[in-house]
Amino acid sequence: MLLEATDIARRFPGEAGPVTVLDGVSLSLAQGETLALTGESGSGKSTLLTLLAGLDRPDRGEIRLKGTAFGPLKEPELAAIRRGRIGLVFQQFNLVPSLSVAQNIALQARLAGRHDRDWCAALAERLGLSAHLAKYPETLSGGQQQRVAVARTLAARPEVILADEPTGNLDEATGDAVLAEMLALVAETGAGLVMVTHSGRLAGKLSRRLHLARGRLA
Amino acid sequence: MIGAAAAALLSHWRRHPGQLATLVAGLALATALWTGVQAINAEARASYDRAASALEQSDLPLLVPREGDSLPLSDYVALRRAGWKVAPVIEGRLRLKDGSARLVGLDPLTAPAVPGSGTGGDPGRALLDFISPPGEIRGHPDTLAGLPAAVEGRRVATEALSPGTLVADIGTAARLLGLEGRLTRLLILEDPAQDLPPLGEVAPDLREAPPQPENDIRGLTGSFHLNLTAFGMLSFAVGLFIAHGAVGLAFEQRRGTIRTLRALGTPLSAVAALLAAEALALALAAGALGVGLGYVLASLLLPDVAATLRGLYGAPVPGSVAVRAAWWAAGLGMALLGAALASAQSFWQLRRLSVLAAMQPRAWAMAQGRGQRLMALAGLAGLAAVPAILLWGQGLAAGFAALAGLLLGAAFLLPLSLSAGLRAAERAARSALGEWVWADARQQVPGLSLALMALLLALAANIGVSTMVASFRATFEGWLDRRLAAELYLSFDSPAQAAAVLPGIDASAVLPVTRTEADLGGAPGLVYAMADDPTYRRNWPLIEAGPQVWDRLAAGGGVLVNEQWAIRAGLSPGDTVQIDGAAREVLGVYADYGNPRGQAILGLEAFRALHPEIGETRFALRLSGDPAAEAARLVAEDGLRPDQVTDRAALKAESRAVFERTFAATDALNVLTLAVAGFAIFTSLLTLQSLRLPQVAPLWALGLTRRRLALLDLARAGLLAAGTALLALPVGLALAWLLLAVVNVAAFGWRLPMQIFPADWLRLGLAALVAALLAAALPALRLARVSPARLLRVFADAR
Ligand SMILES: Nc1ncnc2c1ncn2[C@@H]1O[C@H](COP(=O)(O)OP(=O)(O)O)[C@@H](O)[C@H]1O
Ligand SMILES: [Mg+2]
Repeated sequence: MLLEATDIARRFPGEAGPVTVLDGVSLSLAQGETLALTGESGSGKSTLLTLLAGLDRPDRGEIRLKGTAFGPLKEPELAAIRRGRIGLVFQQFNLVPSLSVAQNIALQARLAGRHDRDWCAALAERLGLSAHLAKYPETLSGGQQQRVAVARTLAARPEVILADEPTGNLDEATGDAVLAEMLALVAETGAGLVMVTHSGRLAGKLSRRLHLARGRLA
Repeated sequence: MIGAAAAALLSHWRRHPGQLATLVAGLALATALWTGVQAINAEARASYDRAASALEQSDLPLLVPREGDSLPLSDYVALRRAGWKVAPVIEGRLRLKDGSARLVGLDPLTAPAVPGSGTGGDPGRALLDFISPPGEIRGHPDTLAGLPAAVEGRRVATEALSPGTLVADIGTAARLLGLEGRLTRLLILEDPAQDLPPLGEVAPDLREAPPQPENDIRGLTGSFHLNLTAFGMLSFAVGLFIAHGAVGLAFEQRRGTIRTLRALGTPLSAVAALLAAEALALALAAGALGVGLGYVLASLLLPDVAATLRGLYGAPVPGSVAVRAAWWAAGLGMALLGAALASAQSFWQLRRLSVLAAMQPRAWAMAQGRGQRLMALAGLAGLAAVPAILLWGQGLAAGFAALAGLLLGAAFLLPLSLSAGLRAAERAARSALGEWVWADARQQVPGLSLALMALLLALAANIGVSTMVASFRATFEGWLDRRLAAELYLSFDSPAQAAAVLPGIDASAVLPVTRTEADLGGAPGLVYAMADDPTYRRNWPLIEAGPQVWDRLAAGGGVLVNEQWAIRAGLSPGDTVQIDGAAREVLGVYADYGNPRGQAILGLEAFRALHPEIGETRFALRLSGDPAAEAARLVAEDGLRPDQVTDRAALKAESRAVFERTFAATDALNVLTLAVAGFAIFTSLLTLQSLRLPQVAPLWALGLTRRRLALLDLARAGLLAAGTALLALPVGLALAWLLLAVVNVAAFGWRLPMQIFPADWLRLGLAALVAALLAAALPALRLARVSPARLLRVFADAR
């Protein structure tokens, strides 16, 4: 199994005692599989994704990437996994404003120590960014910026891509276009994908769908 | 990985060189201010030390004449023959083209050291050069330049001597001073062996005196330096806040980038290491720049300060400064400390920085709000520590600790106090716009808090130090007036000379001023004789007095003691003290700002009865005519040397001029501190501007013009500065009080009455306002000119 979460629980301190956001969530993702994660706003989708990315730790349960459990790992080891094996795409585009488009695309690959110039160029070409490589993010449209974020993720050839409402800030047509490219590229690289989305329509384009409600998956 | 992460972090500066420039400038200015003040202090202090060590005699006990100012050479010869290890010294003042210099004559064969004698070369040859006619005159190049051509002797310039002092062979000096066959004093090089004939047998006209530290100079220069040291501490604090703010903002500006890097798998430790390395490099580079700047600043200011010290205290300071390793260390240390503090705080935030949460100014402000309360608590603790330190602490260290507690406490309380004030104003506001303006100002406080704290400290320093200097001047001049009530002061070489000259002077009163070394309650000090005269009855600066103090002093039983001794020993009128073993009643306590030693005054008749052996050679004269004319006549007709005649008016004019110069130097430093604080506000506003757009865009959309919004921003800056100035006033006054009533007492034993100058505060408040408005001008102008497209983007983007 590529990515596996078993019996995950996560609580946050609230005004009136701790609030349980996730309570016994289990899921598994096979290689090449694409999983849609839906749920109401505030249901804990982002929280779950953060845990899967190793950015946060669960209060209970375990997460494994190809059998490697996250629990015993230290921060630098988790960071290394994030760097080399996981790709994150955010709702807000999270580009580095002071780096050019080309530099942003290469950023994670370079952090991971496997920058492939040709692959980056191919990605830029595929995502329609070739004409904008020397520009800075602030001069691009929202759809273009999200394409840069997608390219940055794929440039590092991650094993798993975790996307949190990647098209949430885009209009429908642009969002569809970005998603189509992303799915095609995921299929080509053989990575697994977990994507959080509000939209049932978008969720339908993925191979499997899970719904998060009251801290549990259904 | 590190390379890519570093490139991403550093790319920010390439895209925003202006921000980098302001960061470097902020750090450099802070360092420059601190270094400048330090430089002035260090240079002046080193100069005194050089002056003292140059003659290496300040810590040797002396033999001096019981009477008059000189002793015959035969006494010296007799002592040497009897086996006493003594070295002769002759000293006097030599006229220069402009003013005079102290000329010290030494015997190179017996003197412990002769300044300016290099270690290289042939020592025998050098000795010969020193003594062979017409003899060498060694001195600082500046002093030698002022020597009239008529003075015979080979000039030898040396940096080993401070300006104002010349050294020559004893024979040469005796010739130049017209004191052939006489000496001023003998240095006791070794304690006399048991079997040596006692002094009373060999040279009965001499007495032993304790080492002659340059007390009169040191007390006053020390006081002035304490001013500057206090100011240095303040500028250090101001600089620290600015360095802290600058580095903190450098972090703030790249919060998004840092978050992205972490999400992409850069470990926290790597990000922290990169930021720390960057802060270190910036602090070193900007710090070095700042030290250089401070050096320039010090050289610009030092001619004034040097003149001040030379004029007021007679302490020579070279008119130039040299770069010392210590300054570099101190200056760089401050930049590094500020950067380290800021980095530590930033890293703490970094640890908790949520990687996925969007950056919201409001959330950021909330987080800072929690910090605000913590800081306010620390501030309260600092303020609460002040009375505790004063109650239980002792000495100078306690005074300075109290100063630090006061300043840091006040600074830490500032953000919360401002927020509270703005919240109250918000509640009182009537219109929606009014509410927004107040609430908005409150939201800006966290981002500006460091700059505002720097402004608070700068203003408090201004008020505190100016109040202290002004109080010092007023007190000192008043004291000088009272203490030097007579028009003319004469110092004769011998009672015989006095007896010859005095009858020819048309004076309404001739008051002997005689003194002797004495044991005051176990510590060495001076006892003066005071004649019973209206001059003293009317003017003497009594702080405390028992009934009929003057009658009882004249009658002979009791004494007056100076404030230093009174504070040290807890004396007040009615108490009994021991002077040379005899019990005497304290009749009164008087102010004395000359030196930190204890002093007592005995009625003239009582003093004469006690010390019949001391001839009277010093006199205060009350004149009805023109004192300057009389002084000139005494020199021209009675053959007195100019240094034997002191004209009170001239002395006072000189001291006043000196105070004006002191003010010029302090003012320059004040303006500078304020400017640096203003610069900090400017950089903070500039950096916060990217956060600012989302805050004002909704109001723009609701129909406020950009111009109006910009004006409101200006008003807000003015408002915050005014609030800060208001809070700085009590802090500054408390600071002045601590300096005058605690630090001064601990250091010198006297307390200066505090005088306040409200007109100065108004001027200062206006200056702070202008500084804040200037700082806010460019950001406001930018806001007024921001393109509607950029404002619209605020609504399009999530962030
Ligand atoms: N760091 C945190 N501290 C406290 N509460 C949090 C934190 N992160 C998320 N929450 C809470 O957890 C719940 C789920 O949040 P989130 O996972 O962002 O929901 P979703 O992404 O499904 O909209 C929300 O109620 C949110 O307030
Ligand atoms: Mg979410």
